Amino acid sequence: MHVDPFTDRNVSEQSAYYYVDMGEYPQTGWGKFKQVVKRSLKGELFVGLWVVMREMIKFDIHTVQYPKEKLPIGPRYRAVHKLLRLWESGFERCIGCGLCEKICISDCIRMDTRIDEESRKEVTEYSINLGRCIFCGYCAEVCPELAIVHGDRYENASEQRAHFVIKDDMLTPLDFLTAGQQKEYPGFGAITPHEDERVTKTPLAY
Amino acid sequence: MDLAFIIETVVKIVVILLVFSALAGFGTYFERKILAFMQRRLGPMHVGPYGLLQVAADGIKLFTKEDIIPQNVVKPIFKLAPVITAATAFMAAAAIPFWPEFTVLGYTVHPIVSDINVGILYVMAVMAIGLYGPLLGGMASANKFSLISAARSAAVFISYEVITGLALLAPLMMVGSLSLIDINNYQSAGITHWIAWSQPVAFILFWIAAFAETGRTPFHLVANDHEIIDGFGTEYSGMRWGLFFIGEYANMFFISFVMALIFLGGYGDGSIAGALQLLLKVAFFFFFFLWTRAAWPDVRPDQLMWLCWKVLMPIAVLNVIVTGVVILIQTQGGM
Ligand code: SF4
Ligand code: SF4
Repeated sequence: MHVDPFTDRNVSEQSAYYYVDMGEYPQTGWGKFKQVVKRSLKGELFVGLWVVMREMIKFDIHTVQYPKEKLPIGPRYRAVHKLLRLWESGFERCIGCGLCEKICISDCIRMDTRIDEESRKEVTEYSINLGRCIFCGYCAEVCPELAIVHGDRYENASEQRAHFVIKDDMLTPLDFLTAGQQKEYPGFGAITPHEDERVTKTPLAY
Repeated sequence: MDLAFIIETVVKIVVILLVFSALAGFGTYFERKILAFMQRRLGPMHVGPYGLLQVAADGIKLFTKEDIIPQNVVKPIFKLAPVITAATAFMAAAAIPFWPEFTVLGYTVHPIVSDINVGILYVMAVMAIGLYGPLLGGMASANKFSLISAARSAAVFISYEVITGLALLAPLMMVGSLSLIDINNYQSAGITHWIAWSQPVAFILFWIAAFAETGRTPFHLVANDHEIIDGFGTEYSGMRWGLFFIGEYANMFFISFVMALIFLGGYGDGSIAGALQLLLKVAFFFFFFLWTRAAWPDVRPDQLMWLCWKVLMPIAVLNVIVTGVVILIQTQGGM
């Protein structure tokens, strides 16, 4: 359906809005009395009773018994972060570029890097203050290596006001990776399907 | 007064107290479950199988909770008010026969604490005193919402006393006795003799008024959560609040018994089948209280007053007059 009929909020032929038929409101006492009698005897009250009784008999229950049952969350749901590893080598994907730290709106990513023995940049510390994080997903969006992503762990209640997630909590454990359990992230900042076909070489020569 | 009588009475009182306190607890369980089912939910599920022990959990919570007396309340009255509600609810039970008389080990038991000859009058009067619970509790609470609730409860209860009284008058004229046992025996011949058939208007009126008297949903404005929080119960905590609760639910059971006894034939001829029928009738009335809560919206206080004084009371008066004329004609014709 086109949106135009809905953008015009005046009641008219063109718009999708119309007045609900409320009927005349009774002005006199006698009119009110007649309305009460009509409403009481017309069976509206019993229709209500029947509707709830029908639902009770049908017993079509929609309760999710939460700690035991859980609703599936959407693939783009932004829950507690995860740091991923490279599939082949098991190295950390994070290259310590600091983009996530920089873009973070609530300034809650803290990281430390150093140059290791092989002259590679190594991330020594990486923590996110979940007490301040607003789960906006910018860090995952901006990460060039798909290293920081949002996982599916949303039960992050804690006794601590500022509950930190340190690198070890987020990083995929190695045995987990070798078991093939690391999940690729389909949400924010993920590569879209068929990305390979769409990549073109950067024209360097003019 | 012999010793056996005293012991018997005390035992009866204790049994009624225990049974109906427990029933009040289970009443809350049934209410939650039935409301939940009607709204496609499951209701309490976690404490015990199917949440059955929820009642016990609530009991523990209510008993162990701190009893808070807020700063500016009128202390003695604030403390007393819940007791009035619970006590009057149970006092009313004294004149209600819960079961036909039966014989155990050659001893005939009358399952009524006291068959006084003004039974129904006593029940109604004591239930009316229950008004002082919400009224005093609300006024002593130093809380605006409680005060509004107190004012409403006074208005509602006093108005609907009129309806219950007038609605009852017609059946009482037919029976010629105020004792609930006499009223029951009047209809003992079977379903066709139920007063509900000869006095349908009185039955409906009394039923409507019962909703106001117990403060149940279409007329729940005494403690209407969405406008005046919990009304007179707002400042109460722990067991004091629990007493209000027990009083309210016990009242629902007792008024269900009264309705079943007066209008739907009670326990009939006094056989076990009749007694079970009485329980079924009471269960139906109790269920109906919950059912309407799931289905019907609340009315405004002014609408409630309007309904009482301008619609129900004239109908009740007319009903009394018509009944009187019919009885007069019948007796004249009989002479
Ligand atoms: S989700 Fe947003 S707020 Fe949270 S760490 Fe990432 S960028 Fe910062
Ligand atoms: S943006 Fe990605 S690669 Fe860069 S520091 Fe953050 S997590 Fe590491």
